[in-house]
Amino acid sequence: MTAADINRTILAVWRIEQPRLITSLARMLRDVPLAEDLTQEALLAALERWPETGVPEKPGAWLMATAKRRALDHLRRGRMLERKHELVAWDMEAEQQAMPDLDSALDDDIGDELLRLIFTACHPRLSREARAALALRMICGLTTEEIARAFLLPDATIAQRIVRAKRTLSESGLAYETPHGGELSERLSSVLEVVYLVFNEGYTAARGQDWLRPQLCNEALRMGRVLTSIAPHEPEAHGLLALMELNASRTAARTDAAGEPILMLDQNRALWDQLQIRRGMQALERARELGGAGGIYALQAAIIACHAQARTAGDTDWSRIAGLYAELAAVVRSPIIDLNRAVAVGMAEGPEVALVIVDRLVREPALKGYHLLPSVRGDLLHKLGRYEEARAAFEAAAALAGNRREHDLLRRRAAEAADAAASS
Amino acid sequence: MRFMYIVTPAHPGPPTPELMEAMHKLADREIKAGRMLDSGGLMPVATGAQVRIRDGQLSVVDGPFVEAKEVIGGYAIFELPGKEEAVAAAVEFMQLHKDFMPGWDGTCEVRAFAGP
Repeated sequence: MTAADINRTILAVWRIEQPRLITSLARMLRDVPLAEDLTQEALLAALERWPETGVPEKPGAWLMATAKRRALDHLRRGRMLERKHELVAWDMEAEQQAMPDLDSALDDDIGDELLRLIFTACHPRLSREARAALALRMICGLTTEEIARAFLLPDATIAQRIVRAKRTLSESGLAYETPHGGELSERLSSVLEVVYLVFNEGYTAARGQDWLRPQLCNEALRMGRVLTSIAPHEPEAHGLLALMELNASRTAARTDAAGEPILMLDQNRALWDQLQIRRGMQALERARELGGAGGIYALQAAIIACHAQARTAGDTDWSRIAGLYAELAAVVRSPIIDLNRAVAVGMAEGPEVALVIVDRLVREPALKGYHLLPSVRGDLLHKLGRYEEARAAFEAAAALAGNRREHDLLRRRAAEAADAAASS
Repeated sequence: MRFMYIVTPAHPGPPTPELMEAMHKLADREIKAGRMLDSGGLMPVATGAQVRIRDGQLSVVDGPFVEAKEVIGGYAIFELPGKEEAVAAAVEFMQLHKDFMPGWDGTCEVRAFAGP
C-alpha cells in the first residue's frame, strides 16, 4: 500500500466510525463542539500511527479508545470546570463507568445523541452556510478540504466558518442541548433546510463547470435517511427524503456523455434509478400516513412523483402537477413556485394560458436576475411561433445563467429560435 | 457510489444466533446511518431453479444441484463515497463472522454498480 492508499483507508474507516465517536464523546463531555475537536485529534493520531503500525484489527475500537483517552485527559485537566459549572462535582469513577464498553460498539443505540448532534450542527443561531459546513463535518465526517472542494471555496474560508460556528455554539451555551415539544418542529425545519441546501448545491450546481456534484447529493441523502430513522414520526423529514430520493433517481439520465445537461422531458427514462424511485415513493407514503401530505417537501415530492411514475414524457399528468403547485403556492408564497406552476399549466392547458402567468411574473422584483424566468418565457414564445421574441428571451436567460453548461444550453436554444425566425 | 455485497459461505448451514444478532445490529446501524439501501437473504439453492444455455440448448433445471459448492447466501446494497469505504464496511461485516461464528469460512464480494 502506498502512503496515499493508507490515508484513503484511514479516512474510510474514519467516516464509518465518526458518528459513534462524536456522539459518545459528546455524551461524556456534554459539549458537542469539544467532542468534535477531540475526534479530529483521534483521526490525526491514526493518520500518524497507522502508516507505521498498519491498520489495527479493530480500527473502530482503536479510534474510540484514543478519542476517549483524549477526552479523559481533558476532563482530568479540569478544563471542563471553566465551561460547565455544574460539573464541579464530576466524579471520575462514575464517569469511567459511564463510558460505553469498547467491545460492544454495536450495542449502544446512538439515535438520541445523533439527533442532538444534528440539531446542534444545524442551530438556527448559525448562518445557513455555517450550518451546512458544520453538518457535513460533524454528521458526514467530511474533512475541511472536502467541504471546501464541494462548495468550490478556499479551504481557509471553510475552516474559518467551522471554527466560528463552533465558537458561537460554545459561547451561546448551545454546546449540548436537545429541543423538546413545540420547539422540536421549529428546529427540525432549520435542519431540513440545511439538508436540502446541501442537496441542491450538488444537484443543480449553481456555479462552476459541472452540472452535478454527486458527493453533496449523496451526503444530503444520507443525512435525510438518518433523520427519518432517528425522528421517524416527523412527516416533513420523510417528505424531504422522498423529494431528494426521487430527484436523485434521475441522476444518470440528466447529462449526456459530454456532461451536457438533458432536460427532464428529453431524458431516457430507462436510466432512472428504480430502487431510488421505490425508496422515494415509500418515504412519500410514510409522510402521508403521518398526516404530512400538505408539507412543503411532501408536496414537492408529490410533484416529482408524477414524473417518476410516468412511463413516457407524454404520460405525465400535468393537470395534477399544476394542482400540486397551486397547493404549494398556498403554503409558501414564492414567485419561483408560480413560475413552475406556469410551466405545468402550459403543458396541461397550452402555452397561451401559461404566458399570461409568466408575463405577470416579469414584474416580480424577486425574479429579477433569475435566468429561468426568461428561459421559461422563451420556451412558451417558441411554442407559440413567436420566434424572434423567443430568441431575445433565451439570450437574456443565457446572460443571467451562472452555470456554464446551462449558459451553453440557453445559447443553443436562442440559436434554434433565430433559425426558426429566419425560415418562417 | 453504489456497491453490492454478495456473501458466499464456503459451507452450507445457518448462522449461529449470536452471529444473527450481531449482523442484525450492524444492519440496523447501517440503515440508520443512511448507508445501507437494501438487503436480503436467499432461500437455499436446492429450492431454486437454473435456466441454462448449454451448446445452444436452453433448459430449465430445478434444484438441488449436484455441482453447486459455493452458493450465494445473501446480498446488500450500500451507498458509499468510494471503494475504500466499501472495503472497510465489508471488513467490519466479516469480522463479525470471525467473532461470532468461529470456524466459518466464506467470502464477501464487493462490487461497484456500473454507471455514474
